[in-house]
Amino acid sequence: MRKLSRLSRFNIASLALGLAFLYLPILILVIYSFNASRLVTVWGGWSLRWYHEFFGDRAMIEAAWMSFRVAVSSASIATLLGTLAAVALSRGEGFRGRTLFSGMLYAPLVMPEVITGLSLLLLFVALNAERGFWTVTIAHTTLTMCFVAVVVQSRLGSLDRSLEEAAMDLGCNPVRAFVAVTLPLIAPAIVAGWMLAFTLSLDDLVIASFTTGPGSATLPIRIYSEVRLGVKPEINAICTLVIGLIAGVIVIASLASKLSSSQAESAAPL
Amino acid sequence: MTDELPKTDLAADAHPAAGQPLLRIEGVAKTFGTFRAVDGVSLDIKAGEFFALLGPSGCGKTTLLRMLAGFEAPDEGRILLDGKDIAQALPHERPINMMFQNYALFPHLSVRDNIAFGLKRAGLARTEIATRVAEMVALVKLEGLEKRKPDQLSGGQRQRVALARALARRPKLLLLDEPLAALDKKLRENTQGELMELQRRLGMTFIIVTHDQEEAMTMADRIGVMKSGKLAQVAPPRELYEAPRSRWIAEFVGDINLFDGESKLRDGHRLVIGTRDAGTLVVAEPREPVGAGRFAVAIRPEKIKLSRRGPVSEAGHETTLNRLDGVIADICYLGGSTTYKVKLETGGMVQASVANSARLDVDAYSLNQHVVAWFTPDDCVVLPS
Amino acid sequence: MSSRRIFARPARFAAIAPYLWMVLFFLVPFGFVLKIGLSQTAIAQPPYEPVFDLTAGWEALKTAFAALSIDNFKLLASDDIYVFAYVRSLTVALTATALLLVIGYPIAYGMARLPKRWQAVAMVLVIVPFWTSFLIRIYAWINILQHDGLLNQILLALHLVSQPVVWLSTDTAMYIGIVYSYLPFMILPLYATLAKMEPVLEEAASDLGAPPLQVFWLVTFPLSLPGVGAGVLLCFIPIVGEFVIPDLLAGSNSLMIGQTLWLEFFTNKDWPVASAAAIVLLVVLLVPLLLYERLQKRQLEQGR
Repeated sequence: MRKLSRLSRFNIASLALGLAFLYLPILILVIYSFNASRLVTVWGGWSLRWYHEFFGDRAMIEAAWMSFRVAVSSASIATLLGTLAAVALSRGEGFRGRTLFSGMLYAPLVMPEVITGLSLLLLFVALNAERGFWTVTIAHTTLTMCFVAVVVQSRLGSLDRSLEEAAMDLGCNPVRAFVAVTLPLIAPAIVAGWMLAFTLSLDDLVIASFTTGPGSATLPIRIYSEVRLGVKPEINAICTLVIGLIAGVIVIASLASKLSSSQAESAAPL
Repeated sequence: MTDELPKTDLAADAHPAAGQPLLRIEGVAKTFGTFRAVDGVSLDIKAGEFFALLGPSGCGKTTLLRMLAGFEAPDEGRILLDGKDIAQALPHERPINMMFQNYALFPHLSVRDNIAFGLKRAGLARTEIATRVAEMVALVKLEGLEKRKPDQLSGGQRQRVALARALARRPKLLLLDEPLAALDKKLRENTQGELMELQRRLGMTFIIVTHDQEEAMTMADRIGVMKSGKLAQVAPPRELYEAPRSRWIAEFVGDINLFDGESKLRDGHRLVIGTRDAGTLVVAEPREPVGAGRFAVAIRPEKIKLSRRGPVSEAGHETTLNRLDGVIADICYLGGSTTYKVKLETGGMVQASVANSARLDVDAYSLNQHVVAWFTPDDCVVLPS
Repeated sequence: MSSRRIFARPARFAAIAPYLWMVLFFLVPFGFVLKIGLSQTAIAQPPYEPVFDLTAGWEALKTAFAALSIDNFKLLASDDIYVFAYVRSLTVALTATALLLVIGYPIAYGMARLPKRWQAVAMVLVIVPFWTSFLIRIYAWINILQHDGLLNQILLALHLVSQPVVWLSTDTAMYIGIVYSYLPFMILPLYATLAKMEPVLEEAASDLGAPPLQVFWLVTFPLSLPGVGAGVLLCFIPIVGEFVIPDLLAGSNSLMIGQTLWLEFFTNKDWPVASAAAIVLLVVLLVPLLLYERLQKRQLEQGR
């Protein structure tokens, strides 16, 4: 029997309003980034003026470059560590300190950022570490590996365990079975985890503010200090570029995950 | 569940004016997109009847049931309950209850609260609800389990809760959507008997949807076979089995041997039909006279007798028996009976089912043994091809 | 079962690296917060006393312990600013979470009722804004809410108001910002439970005589409670410690605890008080955090 959707008018209205609420502000921001007028409220025709302004702003460019480097490196380390953690939690059965381990992994997901940022800074100060690129990267890795772990773990949990057992039945040892069967199947989740880690790092203001040192501001730190002084059209342009970058990452990653899932399908019967 | 049942007045509402059907379905149709799920079904159901809707999956039987319950509104046609059109009424406004396929018990409510759910909605007094729930619990023999949650019950117990919950409101009509599909075979057979007993005792009207023909045959007074959204035949079980109206029904209900052929000549009440696979067959003329043309001759496997040398010839009978010579090609032992496949000399294949009436059957046939398969003209059904 | 254990040993090796990382960069730092919260403010670099010197040995450590004080906590308890900040943080978080639930539930419910194919699309549509920067989303609202922003222009054009309304630096703006930023966190867990729920249960309720509103309250809502719990915790906990949204959108006359912590740390350079504030915040959030941990664990590890 075919499944019927029982959409009422109320359902459709709440969905439409909800999505409009989520998207309109961003849309308006993007449109206004092409406004020729300095006054944010007056439409002065289409223009790329504020993009030129941004590319002429060395401090902003440097901050953006810093953010990008931090995002790529922290996301990569976080993906590795987070995947390992997910594997340990979902396949490790019981081991000593497991409760503490899972506790440490789930807590940062909701932990107020001011606390995480402050505590990491105090650690870095105590270790006498020079604050800058590496401290921010470590801080972001700590936060984002937890997100990666959750994404990958939920995929591992929904995976049919008999696939691994079939691989072992056909002569793989557990590690080989994991690499040949499980890994290709969770690849989309790993890609999604990297993506999430990347955008979270690119996004973060609070933790970066605590853990960075003088002279190495990230893009959100710069944007924040500008925004505090009021609305500037240049910020609209930067925000649009960031949105574009993130949209690009999402598109590439979803293509990649599609590719890897079709690979996974062909790898599954190994 | 017979003697110790408490006396109930459950059947009180179930008798409408005599002569009028309880439920009348008139030209009901339902389309999903371009798919015509139910295509002009008309049907009368009497009060106190146990009716089964039988058909393969996707035939529209569930959609028809859901229209009776009110979960779908028909695009065309009327549904009259006691003479009132309820086609557009919402589910909670209908005096009809349903027992769902996987029971749909509320997982957050206890057995008692599940059964009381409908009674509370009807605004009954607390004491009245308590009495009725107790009555229902006793009826389906769930005493002592009232406080359990559905996930603490066995499959059979859950089935009983679902039944009690649907019966509690004393509906005029109870719909059962594959009520036994989730039970294992033994339990299913017991429950079939209990359901029939219950229905007879309460005098209620049941409509059951099933894809299991044995279940429909066992329980129902009448069966409606559905195919592609239409009712292909409505008849009591015996008629459906012995006098199927079409080739499709003959094949869908039970096993059957079918031989395509052309009518050659008429001999009194006998038709002589030339078939490709089984030679010339003499069959009884169907009740509705048929002209010349192409036919299929249908014989149920248990109507075909096997012997080593053919039937004992009795004067006068011999000419009217059908004799087919062949060799045993396959033997399938089923316990109560054995099914033999006989490769005929005429080229076709015929299936015969023989009851295993003796434990040590020295006369059992073996592979490649020559046998004669024979049957009377009255055992054949002539179907339009 | 036994075949599954075969995986356990290599999988446990996988835990080593992330385990050490989290101990070093998550657990140990809390020790420092605790220690510095118990220290005295000093005009020095780093600006607190005592500083542990691990090379000085046991005796030095003992004197260091002796120098710890709870003065900072006394300050937090006695100064109205801090007490108010905690109270305000909890009020804001409660109000915002309630708003989020009321706004998010119908959206999640609508999503769960879409045909399967469209559910996936709707889910992506809800997640995508979450991927765009937090700060940018707040900034987008500043654009709209400012004195001569779009909202005021529209209201003026429609003659609904005669003068521009002050939106920025108000609680209204802050609540808009919080709801906007946290909405996906409320919708997704709600949607997950609602989508898993069998629609036949609602049909059964209506078959048993319950009109639509009763079907919702008696069946749909009680069965979605796990999702409600997850959504509420996922929003409530971080909102209590929220800094950016109140800082940019709310007025500066009453601060939330995240803001006070930030102020103590960056403006007043009073690290010990900031640490003490963080500890109190953590203690306040301990119960919801533990609840959330249990929920998360059950969801991810109960599995199949």
